[in-house]
Amino acid sequence: MPLDAKIPSGPLPQKWERHQFHLKLVTPANKRKYRIIVVGTGLAGASAGASLAELGYQVEAFCYQDSARRAHSIAAQGGINAAKNYPNDGDSIERLFSDTIKGGDFRSREANVYRLAQISNAIIDQCVAQGIPFAREYSGYLATRSFGGAQVSRTFYARGQTGQQLLLGAYQALMRQVEAKRVTLHPRTEMLDLVVVDGVAKGIVVRDLVTGNISVHAADAVVLATGGYSNIFYLSTNAKGCNVTATYRAYKKGALFANPCYTQIHPTCIPMTGDYQSKLTLMSESLRNDGRIWVPKRPRDQRAPNDIPETERDYYLERKYPSYGNLAPRDIASRSAKAACDEGRGVGSSGQGVYLDFSDAIKQLGAHVIEERYSNLFEMYAHITGEDPYRVPMRIYPAPHYTMGGLWVDYNLMSNVPGLFVIGEANFSDHGANRLGASALMQGLADGYFILPYTIADYVVRRAPEQGKTDHPEFAKTCAEASSRTKRLLSIHGKKTVDAFHRELGKLMWDDCGMSRSEDGLTRALACIPSMREEFWKHVNVLGGGEEFNQALERAGRVADFLEFAELLCGDALERRESCGGHFRVESQTPDGEALRDDTNYCYVSAWEFAGVGQPPRLHKEPLQFESVQLAQRSYK
Amino acid sequence: MNLTLRVWRQKDAKDSGRFEVYQATNISPDTSFLELLDVVNEELTQRGVDPIAFDHDCREGICGACSLTINGVPHGPQRATTVCQLHLRQFNDGDTIVIEPWRAKAFPVIKDLVVDRSAFDRIIQAGGYISVSTGSAPDGNAIPVPKDDAEDAMDAAACIGCGACVAACPNASAMLFVAAKVAHLEKLPQGKVEQKRRVLKMVEVMDQEGFGNCTNHYECMAACPKSIHVKFIAKMNREYLKASVSSP
Repeated sequence: MPLDAKIPSGPLPQKWERHQFHLKLVTPANKRKYRIIVVGTGLAGASAGASLAELGYQVEAFCYQDSARRAHSIAAQGGINAAKNYPNDGDSIERLFSDTIKGGDFRSREANVYRLAQISNAIIDQCVAQGIPFAREYSGYLATRSFGGAQVSRTFYARGQTGQQLLLGAYQALMRQVEAKRVTLHPRTEMLDLVVVDGVAKGIVVRDLVTGNISVHAADAVVLATGGYSNIFYLSTNAKGCNVTATYRAYKKGALFANPCYTQIHPTCIPMTGDYQSKLTLMSESLRNDGRIWVPKRPRDQRAPNDIPETERDYYLERKYPSYGNLAPRDIASRSAKAACDEGRGVGSSGQGVYLDFSDAIKQLGAHVIEERYSNLFEMYAHITGEDPYRVPMRIYPAPHYTMGGLWVDYNLMSNVPGLFVIGEANFSDHGANRLGASALMQGLADGYFILPYTIADYVVRRAPEQGKTDHPEFAKTCAEASSRTKRLLSIHGKKTVDAFHRELGKLMWDDCGMSRSEDGLTRALACIPSMREEFWKHVNVLGGGEEFNQALERAGRVADFLEFAELLCGDALERRESCGGHFRVESQTPDGEALRDDTNYCYVSAWEFAGVGQPPRLHKEPLQFESVQLAQRSYK
Repeated sequence: MNLTLRVWRQKDAKDSGRFEVYQATNISPDTSFLELLDVVNEELTQRGVDPIAFDHDCREGICGACSLTINGVPHGPQRATTVCQLHLRQFNDGDTIVIEPWRAKAFPVIKDLVVDRSAFDRIIQAGGYISVSTGSAPDGNAIPVPKDDAEDAMDAAACIGCGACVAACPNASAMLFVAAKVAHLEKLPQGKVEQKRRVLKMVEVMDQEGFGNCTNHYECMAACPKSIHVKFIAKMNREYLKASVSSP
C-alpha cells in the first residue's frame, strides 16, 4: 500500500499557506447539507465540532462522559505552548518548530510540526477572546513560564488548570452551536465500531450507555478525536474511561496504526501505593520550574529527607544535564529517575520514588509565590499522600501519561481510509517519539480549530451529500456484529472480573513494554498476550444485561480491545530495534546510558495494517525526510 | 480498616430504591473512597451481585464526574475535596458510612448513585460563553486584563460542574454554578459585551430546569470541592437586576 502523506511542495514556512489556497471550499449554502460525525469532545473534538458548526456543517458529536465538559483534556495542568515571544527571550516559530522536532527525537514529520508552530499563536488569541482566564502580569498582559525541553518561556497557563480552562472554552463554543441547532450532542454514548462502505468511512455504531441501545449513525465524514491508549498499562494518569476502542476498531476496518510503541512515561507523578490503586496522579511538569529533583547519594539511605545534608544529595538532572537541569525532556527525566531507583537510591516505602524539593524556591521567592503558582497541585498532593509539600519534599515517580502513536494520517489529518479523519492525541502526527510538555493542548486545538475545518472541506466537496442515510447493508451488518460481541461478553459468566484481567495486562505491559524494553521481554510479552486474551473470552465475569446502564460491560469491551491492541504495541516495539524518545530499547544505548537512535535503519514511521486477530500485522513504512533540521544525537547537556 | 457501608441501590429511574448494607474489611487507610467502592464491587461481582453504579472518570478532582453524598454531605467530610480525592484516613475503623446519590429534582437518578446532570449543560447552552467564532480573535495581548480581575475570573472559572452545590442546598438551587459562569465571564473585558443577555438567559433556563432559589444558606460554598465563593451569587443577582431594568 503506497503511503502518501500529501505534504505540499515548497519551502517549509510556505507549505501550509499555499496548501490552504489550493484546498477546495464548500459554499456556505452547501455546507449545511453535509453531516459530520465527531467522536470525542476533548480539546480536539470540541474545538473541531464547534468550528465546523460555526462554518455551517451539521455536526453530530459523541462522548462517553455524561457531559462534553468532562473529557480528559480537562486534567491537563501545566500549560500551552505558543511562539509569541512576548517575553523577548529569543523565541520564534522556527525555534518552537525545532524544539518540537528535537524533543520528538527526530521521528515526526517536519511539515506537520512546522504548521503546528505557525498555528500556535492563533490558538492563544482565540482562547483569550473566548475568555480563558490566563495568568497575567501586573501590566494586564499575558504571563508565561518555562517547560521541559525549551530554554525560552513560551508556556501560557491558567494556574495548574490550563487544560480545564481551555476545554471549558472549547466546550462552551460547542454548546453555543448546540443552542444554534448545528450540533447534536450525544453524551453517555460510546462508539463501538466504524462503518466502512466500499473502502470509505460512512458512519459509526454506538451504544447508548444509559439504555444499552445499539444504533448506527451515518455522515459524510467521520472524525475521531478519541484520545490515547495509556490505560493499556492499567495504572496511568489517564481518566478511568480512556480507551483505545475507537481507534483500534478503525484499525480493524483498514486504517493504519502508526508508531504504537511511542508511549510517554511522565516523570512527575505521585508514586504507587497499594494493590487496589486505581490510577496514578500527575504532578504538573511546570513544578520543575521551581522544584529540584534529587535522591540521596548513598543507596538505601533511610533518613528523612530534611535530615539529609546538602552534600549527601544527588541533584542528578542538574548534574547530568547542566544546561537544561530539572527541565530536561520527559523521556530523559523519567529514565534518570528509574536509573536512580534501580541503583537502590529510590525513596519512600517502596523505594520507587525520587524527591521533588521546593525548599530552595520557597526560601528564594517566599511560600506565597509558590502558592500562587501551584496551590491546586500542592493541595492535590496533600490530599493523596497526607503529606505537606511546603514542608517535606514531594515524592514522585514516572507513570504512563500520553501516547504519541495513533492512527496514521496524512497532512490533511485524514487516515488512509477516505472520509476518516483523526485529530488530537488519537493521531500520530506531530510529536514523534516524545512529546514536549504543553504541546498536547497546542496540537489538539490546532487540529480542531485551525486545520481540520480547512482540510475536511476539500474532502466532502468532492462528494454528493448523503444526508445521513443508513440503508446500505454494511450498516446493519456492522451493527449486528457489535451487538453480538456485547451479547457474547455477557454470556461467558466466568469467574474473573474485568478489572482483574486489566491489571494483569497492565502489569505485563509495564514490566516488558514500559520504560525500558528488550528483545527478550517483548518476545515474552508477545507469547503471553494471546493466552491472556483466550482466558478473558473464556473466564471473564460480566454481570447484568446489555439493555441497561452497565459499567462492567463498558469496561469489558474496552479491555477486550486492549488485549488485542497490546500485541500490536509490543510487536512495533520489537520491530524498532533502536531507542528514540519514549521508546527505549536496552540494546541500543550510548555508553552513558542515553537513547541511541539508528537513523540509517529506522528513520521512518511504522504504519501497521490489520491482518486478522492473532495474525502478524503488515508493516508499511513512511520514510521521514528532513529538509530543514539536521539529524543529530539529542543533547540536553 | 473495617467499614460498614449503607449504599443506595436503585435499578433505574422508575425503581423506588432502597439502602443495602455491605461490609468492607481489611482496607488500607491510604485507599481512596472510590477505590473502596472498586474493592466492594469486585467482591459483589464475585458473589454474583450487580456491582454499584457510580460516576467517576479522572479521579484527580477536576472532571467533576464523581458525585456521592457521604453521610449526608456531598463529596463527604473533607472540605474542598471531591470524592475521588477523599481518602479513608478521613474515617475511623469500624465506621458506618451512608452513601447516596445527589438528591435534587433537576438531577433524576439513572441508576444507584448515578444521576442525570444534563440540566447544567442546558444552562451553559443558553448563554454560558462568549460568542466568538474561530478565527475572529485579535492578538492575545490586545486585550489587557488587570491581574486582580484575571485572578477573580479564574476563582469563578475553577467550577468543575459537579453539582455538589445543588445537592447541598436545601432548595436544590443551582445559583452557585450559574453565578460562577456569569461572574467568570463578566470579570473579563471580552465577556462584558453580552453580559446582560447572558445573565437573563442563563437564569431563565435555570428556573425552567426545576432548580430552586437561593435563600442564603451558603451550604453550596461549604460543599463546593473548589471552594467557589458565594460572593459570586451576589454578583449575579446584581447583574440580573441591572439587566432586568435596562433591557427593553
